[in-house]
Amino acid sequence: MEARFRLTHPGFTLEVDLKLPEKGVTALFGPSGSGKTTLLRCFAGLSRASGGRLVVAGQVWQDETQGLFLPTHRRPLGLVFQEASLFPHLSVRKNLEYGMKRAGNRGGEGFQACIDLLGIHPLLERGPGHLSGGERQRVAIARALLTRPRLLLMDEPLAALDLKRKGEILPYLERLHDELDIPVLYVSHAPDEVARLADHLVLMDDGKVVASGPLQETLSRADLPPTFADDPGVVLEARLVGQEADGLSRLAIPGGELLVSRVEAPPGKILRCRIHARDVSLALTPPLQSSILNILPARVAAVAATDTPGHVLVQLELAAGLRLLARITERSRAALGIGPGLAVIAQVKSVALLA
Amino acid sequence: MDASNLAAVWLTLKLASVVTLLLLLLGTPIAWWLARTRSWWKGPVGAVVALPLVLPPTVLGFYLLILMGPHGPVGQLTQSLGLGILPFTFPGLVIASVCYSMPFVVQPIQNAFEAMGERPMEVAASLRASPRDAFFSVALPLARPGFVSAAILGFAHTVGEFGVVLMIGGNIPGKTQVVSVQLYDHVEAMEYVEAHGLAGGMVAFSFLVLLALYGRRRLGGWSP
Amino acid sequence: MNVPFCKFVALAALLMSATLARAETVQVAVAANFTKPMEAIAAEFEKDTGHKAQLSFGATGKFYAQIANGAPFDVFLAADDSTPMKMEEELLTVPGSRFTYAIGTLVLWSAREGYVDDKGEVLKKGEFKHLAIANPKTAPYGLAAIQALTRLGLLSALQPRFVQGENITQTYQFVATGNAELGFVALSQVFKEGKLSGGSAWLVPASLHDPIRQDAVLLAKARNNAAAKALMDYLKGEKAARVIESYGYGR
Repeated sequence: MEARFRLTHPGFTLEVDLKLPEKGVTALFGPSGSGKTTLLRCFAGLSRASGGRLVVAGQVWQDETQGLFLPTHRRPLGLVFQEASLFPHLSVRKNLEYGMKRAGNRGGEGFQACIDLLGIHPLLERGPGHLSGGERQRVAIARALLTRPRLLLMDEPLAALDLKRKGEILPYLERLHDELDIPVLYVSHAPDEVARLADHLVLMDDGKVVASGPLQETLSRADLPPTFADDPGVVLEARLVGQEADGLSRLAIPGGELLVSRVEAPPGKILRCRIHARDVSLALTPPLQSSILNILPARVAAVAATDTPGHVLVQLELAAGLRLLARITERSRAALGIGPGLAVIAQVKSVALLA
Repeated sequence: MDASNLAAVWLTLKLASVVTLLLLLLGTPIAWWLARTRSWWKGPVGAVVALPLVLPPTVLGFYLLILMGPHGPVGQLTQSLGLGILPFTFPGLVIASVCYSMPFVVQPIQNAFEAMGERPMEVAASLRASPRDAFFSVALPLARPGFVSAAILGFAHTVGEFGVVLMIGGNIPGKTQVVSVQLYDHVEAMEYVEAHGLAGGMVAFSFLVLLALYGRRRLGGWSP
Repeated sequence: MNVPFCKFVALAALLMSATLARAETVQVAVAANFTKPMEAIAAEFEKDTGHKAQLSFGATGKFYAQIANGAPFDVFLAADDSTPMKMEEELLTVPGSRFTYAIGTLVLWSAREGYVDDKGEVLKKGEFKHLAIANPKTAPYGLAAIQALTRLGLLSALQPRFVQGENITQTYQFVATGNAELGFVALSQVFKEGKLSGGSAWLVPASLHDPIRQDAVLLAKARNNAAAKALMDYLKGEKAARVIESYGYGR
């Protein structure tokens, strides 16, 4: 699947050139306003990119150099929107039939398999008004699939659902993932959905593709912009107490001090700074020789799992009740025997000043 | 009720039915265009459609009388087509009423289309429905409450219309003598008994129409 | 005290009371057809007497309903004589105040030059589609037109071509805009400064219809309104008569 789009709105330009696998789920991931949905609309033909070319399964859907643009209703695709988009004047069954009839699937090929896959058999005779949010999205997915699309586009299909509904529908999406043999383009800004569903990851920011590749490989890249790292951290207030001769500034925090790059501010000024979990490492004894300047005694408050396998998040309590987060590997945690109540030494690699 | 009152009632119902039907046919594309266009013309066209809301009916009627008269542009056209002139005829009354009741039909439909948004049409397109197909299979059914309101308001407004008919009708029994004018005649002629009969009928009719409208609104929503 | 002195005192007192009588306001309801002449008359009346006349124009039937329901008018100039008569019977007026202030002249008029001949033969030829008349039930000119057509023996032949104006103003509009080729209107509508202001007309002989009397009444609530009484007298006077005739009404 090849896609090349260039589209300009006031204050926003989408410019992408992608080659995507013909099978599996590709997640379009990025902050809001990054152009994920616009890109999806270009795939659907709902937005027309002036410099556009789209080839799906060997068929050219759009090639502006030849003036070729298939309108949406001529593109064999399925589309699932963020919010429930079932036709309210039709029953569930009629909703499903709406697309089937028009896509030439009058025989209802795959009908039974599809409603089994999505577990919507008991809903068929109901009106969309009598379904839960999760049920509506399952019906919308079934309706899209029954048109026998060559490409399935999903625009944050879970974003409008609460946590419980999400949990209810995710297993169905995983089943889809296992059973569908067409490419799925899945827009999301929820890392957990991407982690669970995607095979391939396209990271977008400001209308451009920042990274594109297989999921694990793309996530483990060290050069991703910070918007994409799933990185918790803490914000704390520090007082500027002095300037060092070697170009550093000394900050006081309750129960300790931090050394940071030179801050031009009058002494006594309160500064807010952020310490990312990934910038904090742990040791059991104070390092004798280390390049790390900020070393703070702490006590482990809690240990939590993260979205990334093999990593844990450790909550630390400093002397004066201040808290820090440290992200370490499960292996390190096991090797050091880290658990609640243990006294440790937190080594802070860097401190980001916020204002 | 005497024969002339009955004739007026019958004529009024006929006029309102024809006008409502024409307005639904004519108003729907206008409402659709107004609801979806981003053209510069949206403002001016919307304003022209809404104009009868502001203009006193007799003023509108007076201009229609001039426009459709033998020296007016519309009158010249109808005469060159061998149709004569439109004032004092039932078709003339229909055309005048269509102009006058236009906003009452266009606006509810336009609101319904606007409330629907773009999404249902996009969904329909993703399910292989052509724009035309989607308009009939999705947009029209979804805007149904708007159409019902439009039809009721258009009908009721035409029944109650007075000034325009007064100006171009000529009060011809069976052709242009509608209930509102007949009622006015009775009051002017101090035939208060007949006037009360007709007025009572109109009040009852209007009440039932509005009851139907608001009762339906209260129920609201879709219940397939 | 001698007699001449007494006379002088009486005269002085009379003069004093005349000047001291504060200028009052009279509220007048005027039939729409009499708008133009009444504006001219009221202007002179205000100049000559110092009273103020506040004019409202409208349909006679509407004024009747309003006055019967307490509208604050002092003088009513109707477009007919039957409404004031009815009001008199209903004790809405000051008894004996009713008089005919103008007599309307019916005219068959067309906006086209030379269309109406001076004998009204155009009616017999019948080469027209629409003949405009005022609603005979509500407008005296309409009733007069029906009477004239009846006496000419043309009523049933021409009735299908009638287009009715709700009042004489609307009837005039039908003809003036050319939508009706001709119609029966008031001479006052097409008569300016002693001649026809446009088109062609036949003055319908007074023998063909009952006189179109327009009566005025002093309304019951104005019993003690000096300005109202003054206006009633003024309307009967020479000055008013000249204005009324110049607008094509008789006396």
